[in-house]
Amino acid sequence: MIKKIYFQLIFFSFLFSMEAFSAESGGMPQLNPEFWISQIFWLTLTFGILYLVLSKLILPKISANLESRKSQILENIEAAEKQREDSETKLKDYEEIISKSRLDAKTIFNQAREKALKDINAKREVLDKQIDDEIIKAEQEIKILRENAPDKINKIAIETSSELVQKLIGAEINNSSISAIVDDLSRRNGDKYYGN
Amino acid sequence: MAANPMTQFNVYRIGPEIKVGAFDISFTNASLFMIISSVAILLIFNLGSKKNSLLPNKIQLLAELSYTFVSKMISDTAGSKAKPYFAFIFSLFMFVLFCNMFGMIPYTFTVTSHIIVTFVLAAFIFIGVTVIGFMKHGLGYLKLFVPSGVPAVLLPLIVVIEIISYLSRPVSLSVRLFANMMAGHTMMKVFGGFVISLGIVGGWLPLSFSVALTGLEILVAFLQAYVFAILTCIYLNDALNLHH
Repeated sequence: MIKKIYFQLIFFSFLFSMEAFSAESGGMPQLNPEFWISQIFWLTLTFGILYLVLSKLILPKISANLESRKSQILENIEAAEKQREDSETKLKDYEEIISKSRLDAKTIFNQAREKALKDINAKREVLDKQIDDEIIKAEQEIKILRENAPDKINKIAIETSSELVQKLIGAEINNSSISAIVDDLSRRNGDKYYGN
Repeated sequence: MAANPMTQFNVYRIGPEIKVGAFDISFTNASLFMIISSVAILLIFNLGSKKNSLLPNKIQLLAELSYTFVSKMISDTAGSKAKPYFAFIFSLFMFVLFCNMFGMIPYTFTVTSHIIVTFVLAAFIFIGVTVIGFMKHGLGYLKLFVPSGVPAVLLPLIVVIEIISYLSRPVSLSVRLFANMMAGHTMMKVFGGFVISLGIVGGWLPLSFSVALTGLEILVAFLQAYVFAILTCIYLNDALNLHH
């Protein structure tokens, strides 16, 4: 039902518009030459002014703007490139400095170590010498003591044996005969007692 | 009800009648919209070229994109020799585009829907291109009508066809733009009339058509301006670089 009404409406509206078209005769206003001259005149005027203003004032400016932007961007890119190169050389310099200083530090460390070792060696030598001196001194003392020891022992042996003889026998014997016996004994047995 | 879809193309006088000799050059609604279009173009491109910032604002971007668009179009079709005619083709493209686009606003007048306007533009282009052709190549420009590699038997026929096609250039150029504009606006008006006459019940279908047509017409408005400009470039290319 609604569909039917819809199509009827379309049909009537077609009829209506057909009548309207035929009622206002004259067809296309475009073909009416009444305002042709006016349109040509105003078209020439407006388009001419538009062309003149655009070509003389506006388009050169836009073109200059585009050119300047292009050149500015190129310049900026160049500057950036240059700065990049600069930074690269600086980085290289920096690395060089770092490696050089590392080397320096190594040599300084080595030198210091050598020096310290030298010092230590020198001191040790001094100390060794001192110790050696001391040892030699002590050995000499010992030697002296050892050399002196048999005499003292002989003396003690003579004295004790003379006193022993006196106590045992009640007779006095002169020391020279005792010392001759002791010397003879110690000469014979000295190796056994002193280990020389 | 203004049911006649052709009434929108009526030209009427605004203000007093101006006569120079026998010619009536009164200010009309067509003149008004020519001026509006030109002023709009000049305004936009003046604003877009005023400041030169490295990062363009929207209007500057618009102006510069249009500039590069047209300049690329010309260099692609007519080569580098067409550079002196850049300003003309740019103005032409913008003028036709803005006239078409202003015609898309309801209750406005479409300047380019009049055959006389498009024909004057096309005739000017035709005459200009022919003059450039003869100035560049002298009588050698007539070789345009004699394609190379055509058998001698066919040559008379081909030359006649070439001449006819060359002479019909202004007609085809002007009629293409005018007919597209007129047909589109007429169709929209017809569908608009259907919406009114079918009312709330049946008006939805023609309304949806009308909406779709508006989108199509905006596309056509741009496309026809582009076609107009690119055909001018192609004609210019024939005149500047004689291929035949």
